[in-house]
Amino acid sequence: MGILASIVFFIKQSIIQGIPLLYGSTGEIITEKSGNLNLGIPGIMYMGGISGVIGGYFYERSTDNPNAFLAIFITFMSAIVGSALLALIYSFLTITLHANQNVTGLTLTTFGVGIGNFFGGSLTKLFGEGGSISLMFTGNAFKATLPFASKLGLFGELFLSYGFLAYLAVIIAIISSIILTKTRVGLNLRAVGENPATADAAGINVTLYKYVATCIGGAIAGLGGLYFIMDYTGGSWTNGGFGDRGWLAIALVIFALWKPKHSIWGSFLFGGLYIVYLYIPGLGRSSQEIFKMLPYVVTLVVLVLTSMRKKREYQPPESLGTTYFREER
Amino acid sequence: MTNTPAIELRNITKRFGNVCANNNISLSVQKGEILSLLGENGSGKTTLMNMISGIYFPDEGEIIIGGEEVVIRSPKDAFDYKIGMIHQHFKLVDVFTAAENIVLGLNGEGKFNINQVSRNVAEISSKYGFEIDPNKKIYEMSVSEKQTVEIIKVLYRGADILILDEPTAVLTPQETEKLFAVLRRMRDDGKAIIIITHKLHEVLAISDRVTVLRKGEYIDTVKTSETDEMALTEMMVGKKVSLNIDRSEPKNTEERLLVEHIDCLSREGVKLLDDVSFTARSGEILGIAGIAGSGQRELLEAIAGLQHLEEGRIIYIDPTTKQEEDLKDKTPLQIRNMGVRLSFVPEDRLGMGLVGNMDIVDNMMLRSYTKGNSAFLQRKEPKDLAERVIKQLGVVTPGASTPVRRLSGGNVQKVLVGREIASSPTVLMAAYPVRGLDINSSYMIYNLLNEQKEKGVAVIFVGEDLDVLLELSDRILVIGGGKVTGIVDARTTTKEEIGLLMTKAKGGEANDK
Repeated sequence: MGILASIVFFIKQSIIQGIPLLYGSTGEIITEKSGNLNLGIPGIMYMGGISGVIGGYFYERSTDNPNAFLAIFITFMSAIVGSALLALIYSFLTITLHANQNVTGLTLTTFGVGIGNFFGGSLTKLFGEGGSISLMFTGNAFKATLPFASKLGLFGELFLSYGFLAYLAVIIAIISSIILTKTRVGLNLRAVGENPATADAAGINVTLYKYVATCIGGAIAGLGGLYFIMDYTGGSWTNGGFGDRGWLAIALVIFALWKPKHSIWGSFLFGGLYIVYLYIPGLGRSSQEIFKMLPYVVTLVVLVLTSMRKKREYQPPESLGTTYFREER
Repeated sequence: MTNTPAIELRNITKRFGNVCANNNISLSVQKGEILSLLGENGSGKTTLMNMISGIYFPDEGEIIIGGEEVVIRSPKDAFDYKIGMIHQHFKLVDVFTAAENIVLGLNGEGKFNINQVSRNVAEISSKYGFEIDPNKKIYEMSVSEKQTVEIIKVLYRGADILILDEPTAVLTPQETEKLFAVLRRMRDDGKAIIIITHKLHEVLAISDRVTVLRKGEYIDTVKTSETDEMALTEMMVGKKVSLNIDRSEPKNTEERLLVEHIDCLSREGVKLLDDVSFTARSGEILGIAGIAGSGQRELLEAIAGLQHLEEGRIIYIDPTTKQEEDLKDKTPLQIRNMGVRLSFVPEDRLGMGLVGNMDIVDNMMLRSYTKGNSAFLQRKEPKDLAERVIKQLGVVTPGASTPVRRLSGGNVQKVLVGREIASSPTVLMAAYPVRGLDINSSYMIYNLLNEQKEKGVAVIFVGEDLDVLLELSDRILVIGGGKVTGIVDARTTTKEEIGLLMTKAKGGEANDK
């Protein structure tokens, strides 16, 4: 491989690693803009993954001639419903019952990971033969690229070699960015996250905004889990395979300063930092771990820099992490 | 004057549990009229207005708008009836621009276009004479600018009935004049305006009629032109009160505290105090005037040892030994033991000085827990002190063991000020000690400060009401943007002079007269 080709290959791998993070952070940004600090995102992404697997499993089981479009549709919807459901639980607990957001979020992460591993385990059992779950057909459907992409050399390799979920992640991030900054809905949502009492007095339905933003945010984050299972691993589930990517997505929210447009390039950077240890020659098992730390170190540096700059626009939504009681105004 | 009032309240009653906040209150405002709603704190003014703006719902009575009875259940209903309330605590999103705050929550038609909004805002501004930049962020604004945004916000929603809750509390005299000019223009434009206040001279200056409330009861409505300050006070308090502060000439003054060229930085590195110098003398009240947040708090905290000084020094001269000591090297506890006392009443009242969940005795103990020789706390002395403070200052409480949090604001302040005075200080710093107190309690506190002064204490008094500062202090130090913009003789200066000094951006020399 030439130098150029290996650089392109590294960038491509970084992007592939970055896509789940991009979904997770876009979802979390939308959630946090409503003032909800959803630390259940890692669990929700896990849930998105396993929901997709369950949907895909039953579809592939039910027919001898699976249809690619149907396979994608079913797993896609399963992932969205599964992760939105978990976000709905979070919303109900924190918005309606005023439970503590941190505790609820962390519990939800434990819960989501547990559910993933439990169903992952049982499906493995159902598959029999002691093997792991492998939804080859659905996985391939997700991985499908444009037929001529591979003929376009490095250009095709860099820009056209991904499954559709990768492009969808970028599109969702761009749309989120436009909605947040350029529309009334976005203005109202940001007001809810900054100062719910003010939003309430201005006639905005705070509860509705918080519920909808949290559930949509959860659904988007869940797609990150789906991408990882279907596209990255090609349809095979391993318990714990998703790793700490959920936390990385939350770190990315801070890195992107709560702006989805920054999380696009931020996710690719994080993806690169996440795997850079594979490309540095001569690393032992122990020194690898230090390189795996890099995304978190970068986030810390960003945190330090932004808190030194003290610019108000770089700060999280003001009411983030607090519950809103109308009676207390 | 047309015969149909813009808004009329008939026999409104509102209870919170057993407390009757409003009992059978009626009032009306015409179009093109300014009505003052006058009453002491806790007289039910804000409660009454909250019922018009949809935050509370009345238990009894009717609200009539334009001749028709209406039901207002939410702030949105109030908007629909063209009622706009400007709250005392602004409801604005800090990181948004003025224009964004103004359109917040509105379901406008067509494409969302913030530039169009800015143009509309500019239009309203020029019509009534506001000065505002629609694209400026709220957190970059002064208090008066924020208030302007609030007013434009309700005008933008087409409000015809405007309610302003204590709008002048945070303004300088000049800004108040500007606000009043705007209000008069709105009145001439046919708006009905209700202004809640407890400052009598403002009532007389701005309103056409005055409605007076006392302890939730309706007292009377009079024409402003047919009344005066004395009559209004009597209606408001319910008895004749003398609103005079007996200011004695300072006697045997000697220098007690020398503040020399002190600088303080905030955590972000912004200068909060910039080359502040002054002298506080015993037997004298030094008033400190300034727009809220100009460095008053930091100045007092610096003296009390709670702020790190970048530059300068603070010299304390001991009254008996005449020894000079630099407070810069002392801990807050050492400074306190030297007799320098700080009673700071912050906006949330409990923030500094008192612990809400602890009872009055325990709060007294916060100042004495280091005393005594045994390993156990001595509860007797603080208990006596608590009871003395309750009795002398007339603190309304079920007992000395009631958590401070459960007392009303005025009583909390009495406990705080009472505790600091009880320790017979040599320097007493009181910041906003009468914030939110009714007239009687306020004057009680003023007289307490005067007593301390006559005892030879160097009193430093940070106040909000310029009239009081002028009456109470011997000298007034004016602070603006962390700098001393002037030190004037309270007996000869005028409100206008102080107002000008308050807004003076670049401070000159601190001329100590």
